[in-house]
Amino acid sequence: MAKAAAQKNSPSAGDKIPNTPQASKEDLLRFYREMVLIRRFEERAGQLYGMGLIGGFCHLYIGQEAVAVGVQESVKQGYDKIITGYRDHGHMLAAGMDPNEVMAELTGRIGGSARGKGGSMHMFDVPTGFYGGHGIVGAQVALGTGLAFAGKYRGDDSVSFVYFGDGAANQGQVYESFNMAQLWKLPAIYIIENNQYAMGTSIERSSSTTELYQRGSSFGIPGEQVDGMDVLAVRDAAARAVARARAGEGPYILEVKTYRYRGHSMSDPAKYRTKEEVDEVKKTRDPIDHIKMLLAAAKATEEELKAIDNEVKAIVAEAVQFAQESPEPDPSELYTDVYVEA
Amino acid sequence: MTDILMPALSPTMEEGTLTKWHIKAGDVVSAGQVIAEIETDKATMEVEAVDEGEVLEILVAEGSEGVKVNTPIARLAGEDGAAAPALKAEAAPAAAPEAKAEGAPADAPVKPKVELRDPEIPADAKLVKTTIRDALRDAMAEEMRRDENVFLMGEEVAQYQGAYKVSRDLLQEFGDRRVVDTPITEHGFAGLGVGAAFAGLKPIVEFMTWNFAMQAIDHIINSAAKTLYMSGGQMGCPIVFRGPNGAASRVAAQHSQDYSAWYAQIPGLKVVAPYDAADAKGLLKAAIRDPNPIVFLEHEMMYGLEFDVPDVEDYVVPIGKAKVRREGTDVTITAHSRMVGFALQAAEQLAGEGISVEVVDIRTLRPLDHETIVESVKKTNRLVSAEEGWGPMGVGAEVVARVIEHAFDYLDAPPLRVHQEDVPLPYAANLEALSLPGVDKIVAAVKKVMA
Repeated sequence: MAKAAAQKNSPSAGDKIPNTPQASKEDLLRFYREMVLIRRFEERAGQLYGMGLIGGFCHLYIGQEAVAVGVQESVKQGYDKIITGYRDHGHMLAAGMDPNEVMAELTGRIGGSARGKGGSMHMFDVPTGFYGGHGIVGAQVALGTGLAFAGKYRGDDSVSFVYFGDGAANQGQVYESFNMAQLWKLPAIYIIENNQYAMGTSIERSSSTTELYQRGSSFGIPGEQVDGMDVLAVRDAAARAVARARAGEGPYILEVKTYRYRGHSMSDPAKYRTKEEVDEVKKTRDPIDHIKMLLAAAKATEEELKAIDNEVKAIVAEAVQFAQESPEPDPSELYTDVYVEA
Repeated sequence: MTDILMPALSPTMEEGTLTKWHIKAGDVVSAGQVIAEIETDKATMEVEAVDEGEVLEILVAEGSEGVKVNTPIARLAGEDGAAAPALKAEAAPAAAPEAKAEGAPADAPVKPKVELRDPEIPADAKLVKTTIRDALRDAMAEEMRRDENVFLMGEEVAQYQGAYKVSRDLLQEFGDRRVVDTPITEHGFAGLGVGAAFAGLKPIVEFMTWNFAMQAIDHIINSAAKTLYMSGGQMGCPIVFRGPNGAASRVAAQHSQDYSAWYAQIPGLKVVAPYDAADAKGLLKAAIRDPNPIVFLEHEMMYGLEFDVPDVEDYVVPIGKAKVRREGTDVTITAHSRMVGFALQAAEQLAGEGISVEVVDIRTLRPLDHETIVESVKKTNRLVSAEEGWGPMGVGAEVVARVIEHAFDYLDAPPLRVHQEDVPLPYAANLEALSLPGVDKIVAAVKKVMA
């Protein structure tokens, strides 16, 4: 399997996955639940931002849900490590973080995962293996390579899942990291979430080559392109890459083609793409519509989906309430956590 | 019933123009549907519905200007009132911090002081002449023997045995798993080291010189220093960044810079700059054991100098404590790293002229032990600070400010700073000598504060 995947790293290789992915109805319902949770959570986050309850920058994951949910199927929670940039709410929910803590961190309250000190772009949760939430574009790639280094150093078979976007893919440290990862055969899966826009600059306008799965070829890192709107395609591609990494065969690149429905952050004038383009993706490639189709084929009932919808609605409502009722951090928190007391 | 509120669409937006409604009373909207367009000073943006339900009423007509954020603009009949969260427009935090009225705390809360002491050296302990280079190597070797999680990485640290031979013999003892030659890729390997530290390892990252670490400074500051705070204490970064700092000889501006003040400004970092071999060893051991990110500034011109190092088991010098290197009564000189040697020479010379100089070796720049400095100035009533870096916004500026804050009434003369001239370091031998601070400049400054 690893060899077949490795061969994909040539311009002529297509992005087709050999077999139609399969999943049980139970799995499909679970994926549906997680994706809907992310979407409803993000919609509420956008609303809270609009009400001034969330400050600063807030980057929503709507449209990209299938990526984090699909990859998470290969993650051994608390053993493997996950790291990403600032568009991180979806990864945290997929990783299993408490939605209350995530939402309360967004509102800057003591109940937040970082007691309100990190905010939207800087969140961490070591028990679920979520190592951030990093605000500097591309920084997480070197950091995530270090997480992989630690796994190899300890001689375990843990894997580091390193997410970054098509924008970060042009940062120099990405290639410094690729070089070391392949040189030392580190268990790093680089997941490039190609949503086609680095803030407001399309990939065609920012990148001399747009086939990002090939970006590891100078270093001998194989890669493949994956349909990021299809949760099963993402799940299967991640599983192949992870099997390889756990077996000590080194890093792998998954270029996951996805799309962000909302602006880069909240104050996005949307001048760089047309409304028609966004609507077309929403209408024809929506990852939640896609899984609904699979669920229909698997004979899931409307009632089953409605039950999940209601469950998710209640979870998000509770998170919103918690995030508003949790107090702001006590002033004494100002000077805590600057240093670990030796 | 749910009110749709005028949203803020940027961190600074307070009001906007409701340019267009896409819905009208009687329509049924679903979550994610575009319902209106709003124009701010920055852009025109679409507003999507979050709640679903029938539109009961449009409250603000399209074309309305200056609509304040959080004004209700439309009203929905909630489809499922039970699950709709009770949204409160005003962020009324339960615990409005009382301290705000008095202004934010200006200084860190005073913690019970732990007395930091250098290790006791038994009277019969042997003193071994050791170069700073070997003292640093011994510190790393001892800590690597003690803790499996400690490893060294950097350019030429393994097979080459260190660009300045500081890691000599470590590869032979510990193997290439724990002594790792990196590609020339400072940004990348600094980030990799920080990631490994997040995962619980204790990396020692060697920069061939601190000048090259400018490529990596984002990871030192943004990733290493800040993550503990941003994670609410969850994720520390036990890492040591080390290497030669400051001017070498005739290598000119890009290879000759003192970063003391740069890093000493950053909360979350500890910054250490030893003078002699005993401190180099004892402080590096302390740095490797410290659970925080440490910037450890060595000096290229001093690697080959020999000093006495006490031959005692596990010699660890506490970080955060200055050391009085020479006692005196007329004037205090503060210095760190190589400048301590110049200060001691200046003191010796001035003693011949009847001036009694106290030399305080700062050793740790962050946290700065100003108590020891202030105590000294209370005794001598005069202060000269000496550093190799530039003066403006420098270590001396901070030392002087703290002394003025804590011992203003004790000063008999304005404090003076000795530092590099305010130019990039020149290559020409004569200009280089003119630019760098040394014994003569310190002597001149002392005479001036004594005048």
